[in-house]
Amino acid sequence: MSRQILLGDEAIALGAVHAGLSAGYSYPGTPASEIMEYLIRLAGETKAFTAVWSVNEKVAYEEALGASFAGKRALVSFKHVGLNVAADPFMNSAVTGANGGLLVVSADDPGMHSSQNEQDSRYYVQFAQIFAYEPSDHQEAYDMAREAFDVSERFGLPVLMRLVTRLAHSRSPVEIREPRGPNELRTGAAKDWTLLPVNARRRFALLLDRQPEMVRFSEESPFNVLKLNASDRSLGVIASGVGYNYFREAMKGEAALPSFLKVSTYPLPEGLIRKLVGHVDAVLVVEDGYPFIERQLKGFFGIAGKTVLGKLSGVFPVTGELSPDNVRRALGRDPLPAVAASVLPLSGRPPQLCVGCSHADTFKALNKALENYSGSNVFSDIGCYTLGALPPYNAVQTGVCMGASVSMARGASDVGLHPAVSVIGDSTFAHSGITPLLGAAHADTNMTVIVLDNATTAMTGGQPSYGTGERLLRIIEGVGVPKEHIRTIEPLPKNHEKNIQVIKEEIEHRGLSVIVAVRECVQEQRKKRS
Amino acid sequence: MKQDIILAGVGGQGILSIAYVIDNAALAEGLFFKQAEVHGMARRGGAVQSHMRLSNDAIWSDLIPKGEADMILSVEPLEALRYFEYLRPGGIVVTSSTPYRNIPDYPDIDRVLEAVRKAPRCVVVDSEKLAREAGTVRAQNIVLLGAAAASLILKDASLLLTIDALFRGRGATVLEANLKAYELGKKAALGA
Ligand code: SF4
Repeated sequence: MSRQILLGDEAIALGAVHAGLSAGYSYPGTPASEIMEYLIRLAGETKAFTAVWSVNEKVAYEEALGASFAGKRALVSFKHVGLNVAADPFMNSAVTGANGGLLVVSADDPGMHSSQNEQDSRYYVQFAQIFAYEPSDHQEAYDMAREAFDVSERFGLPVLMRLVTRLAHSRSPVEIREPRGPNELRTGAAKDWTLLPVNARRRFALLLDRQPEMVRFSEESPFNVLKLNASDRSLGVIASGVGYNYFREAMKGEAALPSFLKVSTYPLPEGLIRKLVGHVDAVLVVEDGYPFIERQLKGFFGIAGKTVLGKLSGVFPVTGELSPDNVRRALGRDPLPAVAASVLPLSGRPPQLCVGCSHADTFKALNKALENYSGSNVFSDIGCYTLGALPPYNAVQTGVCMGASVSMARGASDVGLHPAVSVIGDSTFAHSGITPLLGAAHADTNMTVIVLDNATTAMTGGQPSYGTGERLLRIIEGVGVPKEHIRTIEPLPKNHEKNIQVIKEEIEHRGLSVIVAVRECVQEQRKKRS
Repeated sequence: MKQDIILAGVGGQGILSIAYVIDNAALAEGLFFKQAEVHGMARRGGAVQSHMRLSNDAIWSDLIPKGEADMILSVEPLEALRYFEYLRPGGIVVTSSTPYRNIPDYPDIDRVLEAVRKAPRCVVVDSEKLAREAGTVRAQNIVLLGAAAASLILKDASLLLTIDALFRGRGATVLEANLKAYELGKKAALGA
């Protein structure tokens, strides 16, 4: 045994490696990126397994599923909204089942530190009806990741691990155990994996049959801890993930804890919940994310004679993160004495484009080119350039999900909007911008797509990009964009006038144009130099 | 024995390097610790903070509750002010006096420093000047670490060892500059 400092993300990665991982796949996204960063580093050192950035989350999921079908242990990781992209193979893999252990890691972002929404991956777990873990600390993240592969192989199903930003991006020492080797290649039952209705019906029935066994397994898991306080029946606490930590933090220094159940696995350990609820008058549910447990507990009608407290009851805010402070308040404890907040008005310091960023030059030229049009719309995508929505640029009007800028510009153009402009980075374009462009090229849609080619996935820290440089131009030509309307600009202050001219010309062209703005991300440039 | 520290600054100022040094010194001394950091969008010149918790006993929350922080350690004075309500009565603020002005409405620096001095205890050092003196203005973070050293529950020797480990790979000049930055910070704190 040795102790090692790991991020929550890294603890999961190392747990998977020590469980005999053969292949890991991912697409970058905060707060999950460090799982794959770490896997790639370890794979580079040991050469014992494959770890790669995939083109998008759906592709990553299917690559991992393929490795699992081949009998090997595989991991796929992404941020919560990445699971939306991978939802199709995810849902269906619950029906096909897994062969080699398959661990799906989905990192939620309550509080939206770096995300478009607060969706809670536990609903996907319930939707697919598979088994899942929710670690509260680094040691559990490591231990659960190890165990998850055995559970996946035992049930013959993918297993999900849900974590939140606060654990993903926290560091702490972890006790490391002896690693084990990978599986041998082994094939499986084609009839299970070919989801023709005749097979799918049988497989789905089997998935439903397994549910009681999963609940039992959850009830017996040592990660779920039930402690009843025999002398005080007034309050019981159900806490999951980091919520459990905040509960224990708030009770620090108290002689006795209220009865509590720590929930770490799903489907919920029903028997344990019944015991806790039966023992107390009121139940406080402490969970980060949506009121997932609370809602199930309450149902439509509540529990006769019991009070259920949580987000739905108003004890916690329905949006945003849990914190040690709001959990303390919910437990009825006074706030700790503290120094008064500063009275000086503190202006915020929001994230902004780096000094010298190429996107700034593109936005300046674009704003100028659009100056004399009224009612134009610039559809943006997901990346550093989404910051173009903020002053001083105020250059884009949307930011919905990966790839959406191209499809949304097409929709707007179809109903008569002109100019309809899409702004999308090279990595996002490869992720899911190519397919909508294929359709737009077929229709020769009257729109202008600006691909910001900075040769990296910048926002998440500079992961590789698969459609950049010459290859990007060939892809754009290959999907059918007329060659004379594929233009390249270099977004630099000295080219400002020239670039405005190019953008204006292509907006005036009543058909599809793609302008590629080529200049490397300055952060990546700096990295290469040092 | 426990110590809870809010690390603060602006993206790019090397907050996470301070955290790295403290983490590894804590590991060497066999302490429990948890250190919650901010990644992602906040790196682009935005406010950055990290909750650093050290203890002899197991630690529950990754985040420091309001009123539990023993120290705010900030590489930028305005950023130090953001987290005052986390500070316990009697807590200390160790901060740079050098403003990082990448926002249009940065308040008057004298008013910022005056507000900083309202902390129960504080150490204010001119990290820019000291880092230049050490050989690189990029070492402001290590100047601040030096300024905080006397108030940390970690041993000087463990901190020095991890500074060495962090910068050795980046060449002798960088290492020298950072070791010097640490010493200058320490000295400045004595006089502050
Ligand atoms: S990381 Fe790169 S792309 Fe992102 S804002 Fe900075 S320079 Fe621009």
